[in-house]
Amino acid sequence: MMDWSPIFISMKTASLSIFITFFVGLIVAWGIVKTKNDTVKIILDGIFTLPLVLPPTVVGFFLLYTFGVRGPIGHFFIEFFAIKIAFSWPATVIAAVVMSFPLMYRSARGAYEQVDSNLLDAGRTLGMSEWKIFWKILFANALPGIISGGILAFARGLGEFGATAMLAGNIAGQTRTLPMAVYSEVAAGNMGEAFNYVIVIVVISFIVIFIMDYVSIRKEKQWKY
Amino acid sequence: MSDKLLKVNIQKELKEFDLDVKFELKNKRLGILGPSGCGKSMTLKSIAGIVNPDEGIISLTTNEEITYFDSDNKINIKPQKRNVGYLFQNYALFPNMTVEENIAIGLSKDDSEKSVSDMIKRFHLEGLEKRYPRQLSGGQQQRVALARILAYSPDVILLDEPFSAMDTFLKEQLRIELSNMLKGFDGFSIMVTHDRDEAFQFCDELIVLDQGKIIAKGDTYDIFENPGRVEVARLTGCKNISKIEIIDDYHLKSLDWGVTFEVSKKISPNITHIGIRAHDFIAAEKEDVNVVDTENATKFEMPFEWEVTLSNGLWWKYDKEIYEHDFEIPKYLKVDPKNIILLEE
Repeated sequence: MMDWSPIFISMKTASLSIFITFFVGLIVAWGIVKTKNDTVKIILDGIFTLPLVLPPTVVGFFLLYTFGVRGPIGHFFIEFFAIKIAFSWPATVIAAVVMSFPLMYRSARGAYEQVDSNLLDAGRTLGMSEWKIFWKILFANALPGIISGGILAFARGLGEFGATAMLAGNIAGQTRTLPMAVYSEVAAGNMGEAFNYVIVIVVISFIVIFIMDYVSIRKEKQWKY
Repeated sequence: MSDKLLKVNIQKELKEFDLDVKFELKNKRLGILGPSGCGKSMTLKSIAGIVNPDEGIISLTTNEEITYFDSDNKINIKPQKRNVGYLFQNYALFPNMTVEENIAIGLSKDDSEKSVSDMIKRFHLEGLEKRYPRQLSGGQQQRVALARILAYSPDVILLDEPFSAMDTFLKEQLRIELSNMLKGFDGFSIMVTHDRDEAFQFCDELIVLDQGKIIAKGDTYDIFENPGRVEVARLTGCKNISKIEIIDDYHLKSLDWGVTFEVSKKISPNITHIGIRAHDFIAAEKEDVNVVDTENATKFEMPFEWEVTLSNGLWWKYDKEIYEHDFEIPKYLKVDPKNIILLEE
């Protein structure tokens, strides 16, 4: 009998983490684009991109250091809310968000920079608020690039392994996501079980990419041709 | 209109030069003429509030005086609150919105419906409401951009080289269209251009800008007739400009063409150059005043004029009919003393 819990855990983790990554990534990228000071820009960009280039276990190490029971944030949560973050389900979300964030952030930033800055200035002289300019002009015109960033970030979150293993561990029914389950089954010699999980991952990934691509291509066609 | 006043006095340090522009506008239409990269667009952007000058004051008086920008008193009104319309070179229509949505974007929900339909009618955009900007011709795009600006009833309209990226045919057509549409507008309009024809056609008053400094300011006709300075003469389309040596009060020698000219105005000592418009030469006899020899001149045929370059570098343009293809250059040309423009460096 196949254990279905890794599928539910992964879906929950991937959905919540892409939700967080998507919006935070959009806003942070906007902030970086608006930053005038080059030094600040380069330093912040480096910090936000680092998880992309570091080995996942190293990122996991830093996360454990921060969110672990003795880490500053982990300690704070235990002390004030009696919540243990490390080796619990929220840890899988934190790991997925941190690891997928650079992809979302960089794609959004690149997409924003492609938008003609005259459009933004035109919006300003037409009395649009900065918030309205952000959504109706910058976001709307950068949408194709943002969506592809979203797809990449989702895929990265769904497939997260290294940092999750470090921060969340591999607790069946709690933090065992699909990639973890594949690893555990193979380690236990159950190739058949592992194969089932693999199929599930491939199908979910494909469906998500298909839906997002379909939406973005239709949207673009509407005003481009 | 008589009591309206736009005051601009701005300084800004730029990479290549310092921008220093100061003017007061009472007339409806001002042109800012200058070569590319002279600070024209920067001036417009400062008025709109898209760019902040380092120092200065910008204020507009309609019923009361509103200060847009004042560096001493730390006033800097956001572009959103200035009520200044900006027509961008590429029109900056929002590609993700239809014509209707583009026009309505800056309006509040309550008055958008009526003004949008008014604008659609006024700018002859009926039937195009649901189209996207990419599906419109250049002329239609310009009309949408103007409709979008005027729907917002601005006090000032800024036009940033509106025709620079167009082919000649479309340009001439759109100039007339723009000119007609702006006739109904009861506010200031400022057009930035490097094209003397546009400046001449649109503007009551003209400012000539070079390297961030104003080098001429005044009535458009006056500036074209009496450019006063070499750079102004060049920008208003004077083809022949030469350094000179003063001989006496009414005579001078051009150093570039090696010819002596008589002029009608007394030559003051600060005159360093003269200008002669290419159309101002006429056929002459050898013993006339201000004669130049046309030996070894070359001619080029254009649809409506002959362009003749003399061996000493002077240009002469002579109107012709389109079916005329033969032309014999007269042996001598002359220029009326009153048509020689005295210039300062």
